Amino acid sequence: MDLTYTPEEEEFRARLREWLAGVLPTLPPKPPPEDWPARRAYDLGWQRMLYDAGYAGLHWPVDAGGRGATPTQHLIFLEETERAGAPYVGAGFVGLLHAGPTIAAEGTAEQRARWLPPILRGEQVWCQGFSEPDAGSDLAALRTRARRDGDHYVVSGSKIWTSHAEVADWCELLVRTDPSAPKHRGITWLAMPMDAPGITVRPLKTLAGSAEFAEVFLDEVRVPVGHRVGAENDGWRVTMVTLSFERGTAFVGEVVSCRRVLGELAREARKNGRWDDPALRRRLGRLNAEFRALWRLTQWNVSEAERSGGVPGAGGSVFKLRYSHARQELYDTAADILGPEALDLDRPWVLDRLSSLSYTIAAGTSQIQRNIVAERILGLPKGR
Amino acid sequence: MTRSVHFQLTDDQRALRDGVRALLEGRFGRQALRIALDTPGLDRTLWRELGEAGFFALTLPEAEGGVGLGLPEAVLAFEQAGRVLLPGPLVATHLAADARVPGAATGEAVVTAVQGGLVEWLEEADVVRGDASGAVPLRSVDPLTPLHRVPDGGGRDRLADLPADPLAVLLTAAEQLGSASRTCELAVQHARTREQFGRPVGAFQAVKHLCAGMLERVGTARAAVYAAAVTADPLDIAAARLLADEAALHGARDCLQVHGGMGFTWESDVHLHLKRAWVRARRSGDVTQSEEMLAGDLLGDPPGAVV
Ligand SMILES: Cc1cc2nc3c(=O)[nH]c(=O)nc-3n(C[C@H](O)[C@H](O)[C@H](O)COP(=O)(O)OP(=O)(O)OC[C@H]3O[C@@H](n4cnc5c(N)ncnc54)[C@H](O)[C@@H]3O)c2cc1C
Repeated sequence: MDLTYTPEEEEFRARLREWLAGVLPTLPPKPPPEDWPARRAYDLGWQRMLYDAGYAGLHWPVDAGGRGATPTQHLIFLEETERAGAPYVGAGFVGLLHAGPTIAAEGTAEQRARWLPPILRGEQVWCQGFSEPDAGSDLAALRTRARRDGDHYVVSGSKIWTSHAEVADWCELLVRTDPSAPKHRGITWLAMPMDAPGITVRPLKTLAGSAEFAEVFLDEVRVPVGHRVGAENDGWRVTMVTLSFERGTAFVGEVVSCRRVLGELAREARKNGRWDDPALRRRLGRLNAEFRALWRLTQWNVSEAERSGGVPGAGGSVFKLRYSHARQELYDTAADILGPEALDLDRPWVLDRLSSLSYTIAAGTSQIQRNIVAERILGLPKGR
Repeated sequence: MTRSVHFQLTDDQRALRDGVRALLEGRFGRQALRIALDTPGLDRTLWRELGEAGFFALTLPEAEGGVGLGLPEAVLAFEQAGRVLLPGPLVATHLAADARVPGAATGEAVVTAVQGGLVEWLEEADVVRGDASGAVPLRSVDPLTPLHRVPDGGGRDRLADLPADPLAVLLTAAEQLGSASRTCELAVQHARTREQFGRPVGAFQAVKHLCAGMLERVGTARAAVYAAAVTADPLDIAAARLLADEAALHGARDCLQVHGGMGFTWESDVHLHLKRAWVRARRSGDVTQSEEMLAGDLLGDPPGAVV
């Protein structure tokens, strides 16, 4: 067991720091949260800077246009960019973290050549059309239907909670191609261009007041058969290959930023006198222990992935469970420090507190994570 | 060549962990545990065997007859001790061996210490570290840890308010971690085999989620304890202690719940894990001290500074 980095890794970190110090002051001002086209431009602009500097797709395989970095280098990258206050992936999220890696793992050479470079260069935005009104946790119950018509699929149905749908160029779409097969076996993965006729996007307002996701209605949308990744009816497996990858490093930057927020909270408490309350100090002390542990757990999981050749272990679900709860506790504590000001949307941390509420729901609810831990890791009998 | 796996057990560490586990399970398995329960006193033969196996001398340099390993190895060994509920002042004796107290390293001497206002195994001890004068026995809640209370003239604990030795806290956290992972296993075993309503109770989601919670706490505590073993940083140790205590205490409670009425019996081992976890949590001193230290760190106050 070792927590030191190799000289190569330290050199990688030093070069990255130097680059960040030079480039971050040249960034344009952050656009307002409501202005989606401006946010898209900002997020993609940052991605382009990463690309030009050789940091795009850092942990993607080289033959997919990535840099083939080790999980530890990826960890360092996420840690340092967050420390330096660099922009978050934002609208690039699905392309860089899910659709892209899926195409890299399962797509044909032609599909990779077509879709991956624009993701890495920050030219195209992807969204994820998985959830449906009647298929959330039970994703495999999805009903959006795709019928074959010559060299096209004709897709009808509706998707919901689709993040970034409004500004996306492409949608990684799960559709049902064989309604008579068992539910996991009749699903297909398609890349759907968002400007195809028959698509209607209706933004949904989140409880934080912004329109971060949308409903997407599909009425006889024609998608070429060549846009299918993997075999017909094999879409469930194609998707799961990548879903498990998400959980290894998806929250690295966030843990770093939570630790920074924790320090800010302590200073605020000292300033407004609440620090004198021992119960509050104890709570902050516990949160410090919690986020220190989550950082160590991240390092442990990353090292494990490295050892096993990139395959994330069971640690991902354990991490997600623990982290999503800790993040909510962090911002609840922030509210206690703010006192009456915790009800003022213009105060820092108040919007973060609202958005933290999604963490125990999105990307697999805490209940579903516990089912996964109990059944797949502990081997308890599958429930119904 | 880039050697790039950091925060995982090395092959040697795995071998050590497995070796200690095999030794302890062989020498202090379930049957031995139940016998110890009915036999007052410390098994001095076992104590010497532990000494011969190097259990107390893991971090003592080889030149002085020790095993010459590091803190991570000691933590792995103490984790195994926690799993099997190995009795005796293990932590105090290990620390005494480090401090060259004669006989401690070899297991010839049983060394205890005043910790958290209490002394474990006072009557069995050949050496007592700290001031145990006037100690009075109490009827220990843990049948495998005799306890004495150290009174204070002013009505306050003489030593309870002093910060505990970080190394003792870390090794205790390692024991808590071992106990927590054992209660998780016990709960899962029971949930898979005990049937009600025509199915294993582990098929019920309420039970499943209790077990998942145990693993979640064990997994997080393990990362914290191992990291603290690598850095030996007092703040990392304080954090590890909080997480390991939580994993052990909460885990034993949930394990008891999963066992139903069986969990409330003397016959089951679950209560032994819970009671020992209570003793260990006390040994590391007041929880508030660890919490205050970690709170102070957020303001950049030096470790140990109590606000
Ligand atoms: C901010 C945000 C962004 C999102 N972005 C996207 C996106 O871009 N693309 C996309 O496809 N989806 C997205 N989602 C959808 C997300 O994946 C689903 O909300 C999630 O999987 C839960 O599904 P559901 O909302 O239908 O809840 P349900 O599945 O209806 O769950 C309702 C409640 O029942 C519980 N429950 C359900 N099944 C079980 C079970 N078997 N055992 C125990 N409890 C159970 C759940 O834990 C929950 O508490 C997003 C969601 C959020 C909040």
